Parts: sequence; structure tokens; C-alpha cells
Amino acid sequence: MAEQDKKDPLLEKRTSRRSFLKNSGLTVGGLIVGGAVGTLIGKETNETTTTEDPKQTPSPQGTGNANANAALMFFTPNQFDITNAAVERIYPADDNGPGAEELLVAYFIDHQLASGWGTNAKEYMSGPFYPGEETQGYQSSLNRQEIFTIGLETIEKHSAEKYKKSFLELSGEEQDAVLTDFQDGNVEMKGVSSNYFFNLLRSTTIEGVYADPLYGGNASMAGWEMKKYPGHQMSYFNMIEQDEFEEIAPKSLSSQHNH
Amino acid sequence: MATTLPKTDVVLIGVGWTGGILAAELTKKGYQVVGLERGKGRKTSDFLMVHDELRYALRYDLMQDLSKETVTFRNNEKMRALPMRQYGSFLLGTDVGGSGVHWNGQTWRFLPYDFQIRTMTEERYGKNKIPADMTLQDWGITYDEIEPYFDQFEQMAGISGEENPHGGPRSNPYPTGPMKQTPAMNLFKEACENLGYKPFIQPSANLSEAYTNPDGISRAACQYCGFCERFGCEYGAKADPTVTVLPVAESTGKFDLRTHANVVEILHEGNRATGVRFVDTQSGEEFIQPAEVVAVTSYVLNNVRLLLQSGIGKPYDPKTGTGVIGKNYAYQNMCASTTGFFEEREFNVYAGAGSLGMTLDEFNGDNFDHSDLNFLHGANIFLGQLGKRPIQNNAVKPDTPSWGAKFKEESVKYYNRSISFNAQGASMPFRYHYLDLDPTYKDAYGNPLLRMTYDFKEQDNEMSKFMASKTEEIMKEMGASEIIVAKEKGPYNIVPYQSTHNTGGVIMGDNPDTSALNSYLQMWDYENVFVPGASAFPHNSGYNPTGTVGALSYRCAEGIDLYLKNGGSLV
Repeated sequence: MAEQDKKDPLLEKRTSRRSFLKNSGLTVGGLIVGGAVGTLIGKETNETTTTEDPKQTPSPQGTGNANANAALMFFTPNQFDITNAAVERIYPADDNGPGAEELLVAYFIDHQLASGWGTNAKEYMSGPFYPGEETQGYQSSLNRQEIFTIGLETIEKHSAEKYKKSFLELSGEEQDAVLTDFQDGNVEMKGVSSNYFFNLLRSTTIEGVYADPLYGGNASMAGWEMKKYPGHQMSYFNMIEQDEFEEIAPKSLSSQHNH
Repeated sequence: MATTLPKTDVVLIGVGWTGGILAAELTKKGYQVVGLERGKGRKTSDFLMVHDELRYALRYDLMQDLSKETVTFRNNEKMRALPMRQYGSFLLGTDVGGSGVHWNGQTWRFLPYDFQIRTMTEERYGKNKIPADMTLQDWGITYDEIEPYFDQFEQMAGISGEENPHGGPRSNPYPTGPMKQTPAMNLFKEACENLGYKPFIQPSANLSEAYTNPDGISRAACQYCGFCERFGCEYGAKADPTVTVLPVAESTGKFDLRTHANVVEILHEGNRATGVRFVDTQSGEEFIQPAEVVAVTSYVLNNVRLLLQSGIGKPYDPKTGTGVIGKNYAYQNMCASTTGFFEEREFNVYAGAGSLGMTLDEFNGDNFDHSDLNFLHGANIFLGQLGKRPIQNNAVKPDTPSWGAKFKEESVKYYNRSISFNAQGASMPFRYHYLDLDPTYKDAYGNPLLRMTYDFKEQDNEMSKFMASKTEEIMKEMGASEIIVAKEKGPYNIVPYQSTHNTGGVIMGDNPDTSALNSYLQMWDYENVFVPGASAFPHNSGYNPTGTVGALSYRCAEGIDLYLKNGGSLV
């Protein structure tokens, strides 16, 4: 990054633009035919594609460079805390890098639940409702907001029954044992099985780790960095055939938009 | 009270690949065409923010809104069919371009065997080889007859590739050269060759080079960005109707594309369609569009539903085996999913394209001897490098937990150190696999949902085990240190994603008693109704269907032209 900053950014961009166009198969007889992106590249002054993405520093505490995204749209503070503790067990911090808590996954889940996805807006929710066979898929009348609300309540209830404590007061191993009971479908839950809730929590955690940071998780693109995933890149045309693995600094979609 | 619009030559119900091809071909011939599309318009600039796995791959941004319309499903007639409330097994497109916008671009020609499958199976193995409940039928057209239309589709879309050593004869080579070869593809190729097979680079609608097609449409080369399936192409490099056939139709001045127009009924008098009734989904207003020809050009499932709902054609009755609309629903036997772990090697799998890959066809169709096998047809074995995205790809070794520290460690480690491929198997039709109208569940307009009755059969399981033995052998030869192979098939489950290759329900054939359409995709008993698309497939092959859908659409365009000139049945 520092190395790059020393170079003349405009010169750098122009050179890369020219060689990119020349080698990329985006032209026919000298004319750019590269669809919507072609029209962007075509503007000499509009150097969308080579702009470095400024990383956002997450600051859930809201001090200093406050991350305005780190606030709640759906959860109560207590629901947030339970979720935050649970997702860290599902995707813990380790030698590879940060865990779900530092990646702000619980904020991601909160924001997703507040969206149309949280109320199953684009799914068929008309009755009549029958339990159905496993091969027929989800048949409950509950939406995801309701499932999370009931699920988090049930985590607390099950923790109290098992350890006489709140989930937040349990050791990591004890939290794992509670979550395993959910995963195994061994906890009584209204509307859906505890296994269904656990799978929803797990898949949403993975989403929060690896979705574009624009959704509030994957803070500093650290989820992507662990997997050496480069995020949003325009083209791999000139490296797709090469034998050596290439690690590319990740970019988020904001690099495409904030030009 | 519906407003009646001026009559047109041809009305299209849905504007994806089939509708787009008809629009281009018929307007070029001077006909007036009205295209009714229930969704919105689409253009490449819609996709400047397309590298977003969550929005497109997991929240299904390009897919039909299931709250308004879905299907119901049951494995067999003893079960109560229940609605598919969320997406899983297959994804239904919407908007201009339809599924042609979010496809991968894997563009195949079905085999000569496919088009004459009953005749050729009986010739080679005898009549007893085909189980009594397998409703296998010839298509009413031979490979040689359909070949020019395959060529037309390939020239229009700019399909690239290497010749399939097991494919039917070609009148022309692919119009563009093969896609690039990645290290993973090379490894697969070498392994297959060591085993005596003939692998080749898969045919692709992701342009391998800049290309100008016979209509004068120029498009850019694929950038291997890794976002094809479930995504639209911001470069216009992936052939889709909005960057190929629709601009041609628009340039004639004879194409009237109407978006947010949801057709709810095909109107008819006697054995003739008179037009369609549609709802403007934004204003709620109803319109009648009269037409000389009605082309049913939406997705497979909607084509079937609209015909049943409109009382056009005789509904299929599995008890008696009579009737045709809803008959021979088939799917795709995606099987032998095989993952290999490579401890010492990282692959650039984040890069890729929807149709980038190495493939082999030794075990597809009747390319191998089935005398001692308990299944018919076969599968295409394909190592694709489609762009591995991080939310949906978390391969870990067997017995690793699905969450927690060990899961994280392995899913991170093997993200670039594992390779997966599978076999895309054919799906044979059976007497009790069919589509009809659901007695209980309704769509947003109060019309019945389509009901699907389908399950995997022993045929699918036997094929799966056979293909798994081949894929495992290849992965071993590639040098994987550990391999996971899915061998057996359970019942068909609508939850996990498998394939958006639904077929059948309005099938073509050579006999009006057993098929709905003749070889021009013209209905036998409604001569001015044409139904191109994968709904016309009497069975599904071991390939992606779009190449054959495209060929049938060009054939259909020719049929509509002949019908508008001469009238009557074309066969």
C-alpha cells in the first residue's frame, strides 16, 4: 500500500487502463464493447476500476472513528449479546484471524433480520400450513424475525435449565454444549425444531463472515483475507492460466461505487 | 373490464431466450411481435454492483418473487403436495432475459441418441431394456434435422469450444476458440488422459474472445470474474437475450416489448387461440392482446401451468396414461459429487467463468455399453472452474464438525486447496412423474399453483453409483490426498440446490396421442399455439438444456413463419 502511494497515481492508472484494454478482449476493431463496464473504462477521467479501497476501521464502541453501521435495527441489546456470544462459538477467533465477534457478524445478522429477508417478504407464506415431509422443505408459518426471537429466548431458557445461568455467563465449553443440544434437535422449541434454528444461526454466521462489508459484517474484509479471497475484482483475464497461486488484496464493492 | 389492444401477428408470453429468439427472427421477416414480460427490463448497467454473493446467490435478487407465485411438490401421489415456500432445488428466473440472464452459459447439443432414444435403445438392447413405467419417447425430429438450428444458436451466441469427440456431426466449427485453461483444468485433463479418456474444453457462451455475430452484434470477451451463475454479466460477455437477440428485434421497429405484463390466460375459440389476457402488475389494469399466433415462451413450469389454467390441450392423467399436458416432467440427476483435498497446492479458484471447465463424455448417452447396467443413458462429467465464492464454499474433511474452531481452521485451509466436480446425469421420464394444477394453493391472482409429483428412481441411484466409481477414479489420478464421494441417492428433496434444469410437461413427438407438440413446437390440436422451450423435452439428457432450447426456438421461429404464410398443421 505504502509502496503504491509513492507512484504517480494518474500515470499508474492510465498505463494500466491502456494495457488492460489492449489485452483484455474488451474491444472489437479498436471499439470498446465491454458492456456497462466498458463504458466506465471508456471515460479517461473516470478511473473507477483502479482506485484503492479505503478500509473501514470497525469501532463497535462508537468512539473515535465511529462505525455508524454498528447499531441495532432489530435486536434488543440483550438479544444482540446472546447472538454475539453464540456466533463467536460458531466462528471463533484463532491463529487464522478474527472471529465472528470482531468481524461484526452479530450486526450483520441484526441488519439482515430487519430487512425483507427477516420477514420472508419474497417467500410463499400463505396457508394452509401443514408439517409436511423433510423433502418438502420449510412449512412453518414463522418468519425469521420470529424464529430468532423464539430461538434466543430458548437459548436462555435451556442455559438456565442446564447450568442455572444465562448463556452469557457460561464458559466457552458450556456454550458449545448448549449449541450442540440445539444442533442435535434436542431442545423443545415452538414453531420450528431447535436444529432448524441452529442451522439458520450457523448459515447466517457464515454469511456475516464472508459477505461484502457493505452489509455490516466481514469487518475490514478480514473474513476474505483469511480465505485469500479477493472480493470484487474486475478481471482475472491475464492471470487465470498461471500455475502459481496469487494472493490479491481484497476489494469491496465500495471501490466500484465510491469513485 | 379488460381493454382490448390492436391485434398483432405474434404475441410472446415471456421474453427470455425462447421469446427473444422468436422476436428477432420473426421481426426480421417483417412480422409484428408483441412481447409480454411479467418482470422488469434488464441491461448490462444493472450489474455494476453484481459481484455480491449475498444479494444474488443467497438472496436470489434475479429470481421470481415466491410470495406471488411458486409450485407445490410431493414425491408421490400418496403425499399431500405442499408449497415450495423458499428457494432450494431450482431457481426460477424473472424479468426481461429470464433465466437466460442468470445462467452459466454451458451450451451443449443433445446427442443423436437423445432424439431417437426409444428406437435406438430398442435396436441395441431389445424392447425389454426399457422398464414398463418409463415413458420414453422419440422426439419426432432427428439430430440431422435439428443440426442447422444448433448451428444457428451457436453462431448467434458466439459459442466457444473444442469439438466433442462423442458428439453428433457438425456443419460448422464453433464460432470462437476455446476458453482458457486453468491449472485445475489441466490436472483433470491429464488424469482423464492417463485413464484413456478424451477430455475437452467445454462449450461456452462466456465469450472466449471479442466477437461479432451474423446479426452484426459485437460483444466483449469474458474477464473470468467468477460471477455467472445466479448473476448477470456487466460486460455483456455472457450471451444472454438482452445483449444478443433483443437488440436485433428492437432495431427492426416491429417489436413491442411490454414489461410488468403478467399473462394470466390464453384466450381461445374452438381449436384456435385468439390472444391473451394480461395484468399490468404496476397499475392492476387488465388487457387483452389479440394475436394471429400465440407463442408460450415463459419458463417450463409456467408454460405448463398457463396451458392447464387456460384449458388448452388435454391434461395428462397418469392413471390411464392418456392426455398430454403435464406429461413426462423430468429433471437432472446431479450425482457423484466428488471433492478432493490437496495438502500441498493452492489453486486460483476465486477466478473463473460460468462455463469454464474441462469435460468428458465417455459415459453420457449411449456412448458406453449398457447391456449389464441397470440404468439407461448417462452423465457428463465436468470439472468446472466457475469462481468459488466464500459463503457457499466451505469444504472440510469427513468427520469435521460443521462449526467451531476445527471447522474454521479446515474451511479456511482447504478453500483454495480443494477441488470438486460431479456428474450431470440424464433424467428419464416415468408414468407417475407429472405436473398438474394444485387443488389447494393459489397464486397472487387467485389462480391455482402448479403441482409437481416427482421422485428419484432406482435408475437414478444406479447411475449415481456408476458415475461415482468414475469420478473417484479420476480424482485419485489427480493426486488428491483425501476424497469425498457421494454415491447413493436418497429420495428427491426440494431443499438443497441441485439444478435449474426442469423439463417436460408440453412435450414434442411424432404422435398426437402421446405428445402435445409436433417437431415445429406447434400444438397438434391448437395450430396457432407454439410452445418452444425445455417444456418440449420428452426426457432430459446428461447436459445443460439451453443449447437444445435455443435450437428448438430457431426451429419454432421457422414454423411460425410457415404457419403465418400457409396456415394449418405443419407436420
